[in-house]
Amino acid sequence: MSTIPKELKYATTHEWVRNEGDGIFTVGITEHAQDLLGDMVFVELPEVGDTAAAGDDVAVAESVKAASDIYAPIAGEIIEVNEALEDAPETVNSDPYGDGWLFKIKADDASEVDSLLDADGYQAVIDEE
Amino acid sequence: MANRTPLYEAHLKANAKMVDFHGWDMPLHYGSQLEEHHAVRNDSGIFDVSHMTIVDVAGAQAQAFLRYLLANDVAKLSIPGKAQYSSMLNEQGGVIDDLIVYFFSTESYRLVVNSATREQDLAWIEKVAAKFDVTVTERADFAMVALQGPQAEAKLKLVLQEQGAAIDGMKPFMSQQVGEYFIATTGYTGEKGYEIVVPAEHITQLWDDLLNVGVQPCGLGARDTLRLEAGMNLYGQDMDETISPLEANMGWSVAFEPSDRDFIGRAALEQQKAAGHMKLVGLVMQDKGVLRHGQRVLVDGGEGIITSGTFSPTLGFSVAMARVPATVGETAEVEMRKKLVKVSVVKPCFVRNGKSVL
Repeated sequence: MSTIPKELKYATTHEWVRNEGDGIFTVGITEHAQDLLGDMVFVELPEVGDTAAAGDDVAVAESVKAASDIYAPIAGEIIEVNEALEDAPETVNSDPYGDGWLFKIKADDASEVDSLLDADGYQAVIDEE
Repeated sequence: MANRTPLYEAHLKANAKMVDFHGWDMPLHYGSQLEEHHAVRNDSGIFDVSHMTIVDVAGAQAQAFLRYLLANDVAKLSIPGKAQYSSMLNEQGGVIDDLIVYFFSTESYRLVVNSATREQDLAWIEKVAAKFDVTVTERADFAMVALQGPQAEAKLKLVLQEQGAAIDGMKPFMSQQVGEYFIATTGYTGEKGYEIVVPAEHITQLWDDLLNVGVQPCGLGARDTLRLEAGMNLYGQDMDETISPLEANMGWSVAFEPSDRDFIGRAALEQQKAAGHMKLVGLVMQDKGVLRHGQRVLVDGGEGIITSGTFSPTLGFSVAMARVPATVGETAEVEMRKKLVKVSVVKPCFVRNGKSVL
């Protein structure tokens, strides 16, 4: 049974979103997603300053098993990326909701986050798989 | 319901993530595929390979039968217990399966063939055997594990206890019966190690004993990265019924000599040899990213395809096997996620005995 923290929001494509205040949101992939992908070997992150529309593929998580696109859950500008993943991609496996975060995005419209799933909604998505 | 090996419960106990593998419930990994991979390269690991099919061939014409059935020549085997890598071909020279044959006497052999091809293999063997004085017996009463890695010998000796001296000095590709264990120095990882066949009811004991002396249980995930680093083919991926051994880097396992030995597929292979054919090469990509099965490969004089690709945990970058025109040079380009990426072309073998051979 994978962990789904109550305080986070989720996209159906298995990204999580944490509200850091000031319209800034941290994005990572869920424990369920990292479990499906298996051991991570590379994470290709966006460039700081890139802008993305909701649903754009902005990063790639490459595991031993497969390469998987990671989508921007909301529209905005990438303001920080987790460069530590360059040398330690396995952090995405070991701490998906903590040190395994991928990037921070400054939302064009912070209310867009409200339309994402809550923990129960995301659990329902997993249950249907 | 999927087939289960006698070790199914043992896998669950070891927290395996189980997946369907050609109709078998098999462990993909027990937590981390990468850790399992490194355990085999640096220490020891054990794989359940009980899904593989064991077939005993016996009878006055056993040797004549196998000399006709298989592309390699069992007449080259003279030491009891000696093993040989071989393949069964159709008349067109396509690979029905690759396999290992163990020689006991000219009237007694053991074949270990793939599980995914079990039905076709058994049907084909039976069909060809009908013309010979042989009996073919599938040994579903056996189970099998592969114990691999530099510490495999030390670990097996701990488990064999007073019988341990029996495996002293065993050369690669040999086998012998030690008590109830049929022990072969074969494997699919590029490391020293053993494949061990035992009566199904005793396999869990052997598994538990090996885990208790610190051997890492390993799943299909690590099995795939290990065999690919070692440049060993996976049936159904690197070759199949439409691909000849010459196109799959298996030419060394086809015995064209003596020239008067007829074997199934021989005429087709000779024709292909004369006409020229694609070949299987290794690809190495030091940049970020992972080469994957099915990606297009552009080479001098044409294009080919990646048959198997992975991130190499031992090397820290991606390697692949690709079937390409024989005109291939020292570099190639792979189409990855809509981009063309330059890779180097090498012999399809990347790691042996824990070390890079690039």
